[in-house]
Amino acid sequence: MSKQHQTIKGKAFVLGKNIDTDQIIPAEHLVYSLDDPEERKFYGRHALSGVPDEQSGLPQGNIPLVDEDQFESEFSIIVGGPNFGCGSSREHAPASLDIAGIEAIIAPTFARIFYRNSVDGGFVIPYESLQDLSQEVKTGDKIEIHPEKQTVTNITQDTSYEIRPLGSVANIVNAGGIFEFARKEGMIDVKN
Amino acid sequence: MGMTLTEKILANHSDAASVEPGESVWVNVDVLMTHDVCGPPSISIFRDQFGEDARVWDKEKLVIIPDHYIFTEDKYANRNVDILRAFAADQDLPYFYDVGSEDYKGVCHIALPEEGFTRPGEVLFGTDSHTCTAGAFGQFATGIGNTDAAFIMGTGQLWVKVPETMRFDFHGTSMPPYLMAKDIILQIIGDIGVDGATYRTMEFGGPGISCMTMEDRMTLTNMVIEAGGKNGVVEPDATTEAYVKQRTDKPFEPVYSDPDANYHSKYQYNLEEMVPMIAKPHSPDNKARVIDLEGTTLDRAYIGSCTGGKLSDFKAAAEIIAGNNLKIDTYIVPATTEIADGLETETLNGKPLIDIFREAGCKIGQASCAACLGGPSDTFGRLNNQEVCISTTNRNYPGRMGSKESKVYLASPYTVAASAITGKVTDPRVFIHETII
Repeated sequence: MSKQHQTIKGKAFVLGKNIDTDQIIPAEHLVYSLDDPEERKFYGRHALSGVPDEQSGLPQGNIPLVDEDQFESEFSIIVGGPNFGCGSSREHAPASLDIAGIEAIIAPTFARIFYRNSVDGGFVIPYESLQDLSQEVKTGDKIEIHPEKQTVTNITQDTSYEIRPLGSVANIVNAGGIFEFARKEGMIDVKN
Repeated sequence: MGMTLTEKILANHSDAASVEPGESVWVNVDVLMTHDVCGPPSISIFRDQFGEDARVWDKEKLVIIPDHYIFTEDKYANRNVDILRAFAADQDLPYFYDVGSEDYKGVCHIALPEEGFTRPGEVLFGTDSHTCTAGAFGQFATGIGNTDAAFIMGTGQLWVKVPETMRFDFHGTSMPPYLMAKDIILQIIGDIGVDGATYRTMEFGGPGISCMTMEDRMTLTNMVIEAGGKNGVVEPDATTEAYVKQRTDKPFEPVYSDPDANYHSKYQYNLEEMVPMIAKPHSPDNKARVIDLEGTTLDRAYIGSCTGGKLSDFKAAAEIIAGNNLKIDTYIVPATTEIADGLETETLNGKPLIDIFREAGCKIGQASCAACLGGPSDTFGRLNNQEVCISTTNRNYPGRMGSKESKVYLASPYTVAASAITGKVTDPRVFIHETII
């Protein structure tokens, strides 16, 4: 598996700046088991449910990531403003976005723990953009991320933007998470 | 080139003789802390990755402190504590502070120093973003997720990107009587922004730091994550040593920044020129001087959490509340059971603090995180509607304390207490001049 090199296509869901982990998955929902397939689905249902309604799915607003009676989203790429994922260390945050069907997040900057959790847990891939694309992309636009070319194309608007290389975490993203990486490197015994 | 305290600790705990900001190193972990929210999924990943019969790398170094969702009827939240309990028994963990037992402590970030786990020069990871609090003791301490915690449980190691260090020097020889560490950190976060320290260390020093208690320093380092900081740190001194030696017999080696260490940036603050500060909804960097918001109507006051529920915080609040009636519902939540005991034994003018709060009509909760982060709907003090709350906690994001319709102002215990008396945002200096100076 070489996640880093795959082109990711999907509909964009746009958010503003400083989307914190309480907005991504409010604390009251952190009680479900991530192991139980039935309970796990609720992380998908409540993903981004803490975002104030008017700021959910910009620029229109009032668009939920996941419809009320659903567990997965029709959107697969989040485009956010600066400091995406600030706040708590809850890994449930990138996990809930993953469970909701999000594959990648594009933002100019990420909060440290969220970024790290996204990578080490093998959840969503955090791509840093050179400019704040939340000002350019509209919710529902068709987006393609080309990691090898380090570009993002907005098919709907026929525009293209640069993203930064993943840098030192690329190996972990490629491996699919810190455990897979550590096994490849011989740091821990290969299970099974 | 010299190293900062943080760089030096990371070098000491890796194979490297020296480290530089930006490079990734694998460090050996001295303490891993987890709690009831992130412990169960971390345990699950640990078992999944290392096998059902796997043993943690060093049971003396794993500390489990349930604190978040403790006093609730929520069956899933209670199940989380059951999972911790079973794991601690299975692994024979000596440091599990079980709910309902004599060992129960309360909020992990305050329990860790109380129990002697915050030792200068060491590396501490915790599955909670406010793990950075322990940096007050000259320790490298930062928050991680479940996967990283599971990795440490199995290997005792974790990769770390060495952060650049920002230096904050305090000038002045004493804290003005109306100023609290909370005012200082709200000023700094407001100055640099909620992402002003992303991926970096915030190192606090200067002559002013020596007049701060360990509790003051913990308030500073607790909130570095609110500026995006990886860790906060204060160089150890006699105050640090006295606290730590009172709490543990384990040896430790204090580490200090070299005089020629390289800093990303340097900031200067004069304690004597600082004033009570407040963070407006919905961001910790949405700063204002309290005096400029005076008269803002409030529905509730909340004094508690890892950043505002220490004994010094309640002493400060009691100084202002004593003998006054409160205009709004005021919640008191001690961070730990030790602090709860302190409310009974600590007195002001001969009266226990707990009596001062009771007589004023405060609602007093049990030691835990309580409403600091919302939690299940029956959580003590949770904001369930459109309340406007002034709080000593550390975050005021939309919906943080419960309802998306609520609003939270962050302030010092002095300011929260003064505002509880008037029902409006109130500069505490009025009350402090009357009662203390």
